[in-house]
Amino acid sequence: MTTATPQASATPALGYPDTLRELAEDDERIVVLTAENRAAIRSLPPLLGKRFIDVGICEQTMIGVAAGLALRGRRPVCHALATFLTLRAYEFIRDDLGIPNLPAVLVGGVPGFLSDANGPTHQAIDDVSLMRTIPNVRVVCPADDLELAEALGVAITAGAPCYMRHIAFPPAFPRKKSFDFGQAEVLTDGDGIGILSYGLLSRECFAAAKTLSERGHSVRLVHLASLKPIDEAAVLDTIGQCKVTFTVEDHLLTGGLFSIVAELCARRGRAIPRLVPFALEERWFLPTLLKHVLDREGFSAEKLVERIERTVVA
Amino acid sequence: MNTQPQTAPNHTSGTPAPYEDLRQLSLRVREHIIRMATDGGCFIGASLSCTDIVTFLYSRVLRITPERLSDPDRDIFLLSKGHDVPAVYGTLAELGYFPRERLKNHLSPDDSMYWHPNRKIPGVEFHSGSLGHLLSVAIGIAMDIKMRGGPNRVFVVLGDGECNEGSIWEGLLVAKAYGLDNLVAIVDRNEFQANIRTEELIPLEPFHSKFMAFGWDVKECDGHDFSSLEQAFSNLPAASPLSDGWDKAPRPTMVIAKTVRGKGLPSIEKRADRWFVNFKPEEIAALLQELHGHAKAELTSETLMVR
Repeated sequence: MTTATPQASATPALGYPDTLRELAEDDERIVVLTAENRAAIRSLPPLLGKRFIDVGICEQTMIGVAAGLALRGRRPVCHALATFLTLRAYEFIRDDLGIPNLPAVLVGGVPGFLSDANGPTHQAIDDVSLMRTIPNVRVVCPADDLELAEALGVAITAGAPCYMRHIAFPPAFPRKKSFDFGQAEVLTDGDGIGILSYGLLSRECFAAAKTLSERGHSVRLVHLASLKPIDEAAVLDTIGQCKVTFTVEDHLLTGGLFSIVAELCARRGRAIPRLVPFALEERWFLPTLLKHVLDREGFSAEKLVERIERTVVA
Repeated sequence: MNTQPQTAPNHTSGTPAPYEDLRQLSLRVREHIIRMATDGGCFIGASLSCTDIVTFLYSRVLRITPERLSDPDRDIFLLSKGHDVPAVYGTLAELGYFPRERLKNHLSPDDSMYWHPNRKIPGVEFHSGSLGHLLSVAIGIAMDIKMRGGPNRVFVVLGDGECNEGSIWEGLLVAKAYGLDNLVAIVDRNEFQANIRTEELIPLEPFHSKFMAFGWDVKECDGHDFSSLEQAFSNLPAASPLSDGWDKAPRPTMVIAKTVRGKGLPSIEKRADRWFVNFKPEEIAALLQELHGHAKAELTSETLMVR
């Protein structure tokens, strides 16, 4: 099971909290905010002093405050649990960051399957859909801690509102290029089975692709950390060149990667030869520990191999 | 409470009455508001209730001029209950932030002068429309100013009906927790929300003690009496500097300004059905007469279904 044994990093790069600290130390404009979700960034308060602002369990106020800070030239980074950030504060994100296109980075904690056993109230499986609907707001779902850290720096530099899913896992797979908006990473190149994925599940897909290749399949795995903007060419090439393409996501079917791909094909007038969504259809997932979630919901590497082979043979 | 006709000058001493300049300014702003209440209309009732608050702040309190709109040390004014924006449009035009002629563009597709404020209008610092947002934005601005040790202050006008929103009460907690003594919130206490009196729907009283309980410095004044406003806004605290971290002791200031919805026009004052009206041209002419102390206007236009 790849989830339990992520690959060790050969790169001495810094992860998310340390990168955030370094960026903030170099740039006085950066202010880190949280709505009482500081666990993932608990090293920062003593280091950032006044520029660490915990508003308490007030997600709406956190976003309004971020807008006020951004209006004054600051670069706020808001860290809060993905559900409460994107749902409770949705209108504040839309009105106070989206409409004025203010530079704020929103990092959503325990998104998708990462909410483990919390239950449906804590399952951010609609965050991609919600955030990408807002004009100006970009959406990023990194595969691991290092990619998150890279994306953070890129997003702060971009100076636009950006939502990203938090992930604290060590490197999921070797990456050949660093994060940039609208850039996909083709992890394996083939023309039989196409797999499009993002975030946590790219790790599982990477292991699944390896197994599928060993069993003689030609697999193209494309990791899409930047969901908005999306790498249109990478998606359309995969759909057009592979015999069957799977979208794999810990998200509702509505509005996530499958929707993004379908919208893109329709807009570009491309026929969709065979596109199969692996997503949550009209339901929340079983609340249990992540390894069990992956297994029971059919998103562990082993289960993905089974489901993909079943589909390909059928 | 100022019950004098607003045009009445004090001729007895040969010198202008105190606040005569403000009375004249408010009168002109109210004329602008009335003229914006046709060809599509506007939120006339609430605009008239907050007029004196807005003219007073811009004339006597805010350290800002049309030339200082990008000065980082300027005071910031925010209108959280955005439907009152005709009062702000009128005030900004009168004070030279943009030409008065531009007010004729109200609701025009060729300008950005619509029913809620936006930053395409010179002097408007942030847009609003959805209630309960700008207290938190004001907090962010006030925090930035405190962090950089600036001298400026942030003023945000809230509606009393707007205080139904939970985000207002979040903001009250957070502003006090961060000791934002450079933040002043003003409630336009006209006792009406869109369609009904506040106390008939979700009672806000005792309002004063609610804000006190949240740790704010609370003042009350007559929002149409400039000497009462002057008293409320005198002795605002000087922003205390931060050292290493946030000083949580200082208090933000809340001013409850008691006002009358539709102030200046007896035919629409305190009437729930005159919240948003698109008047006919002859009604506008009659209302302008009424504003100047002539007979009450005969009104037949109905309130619009905008809420």
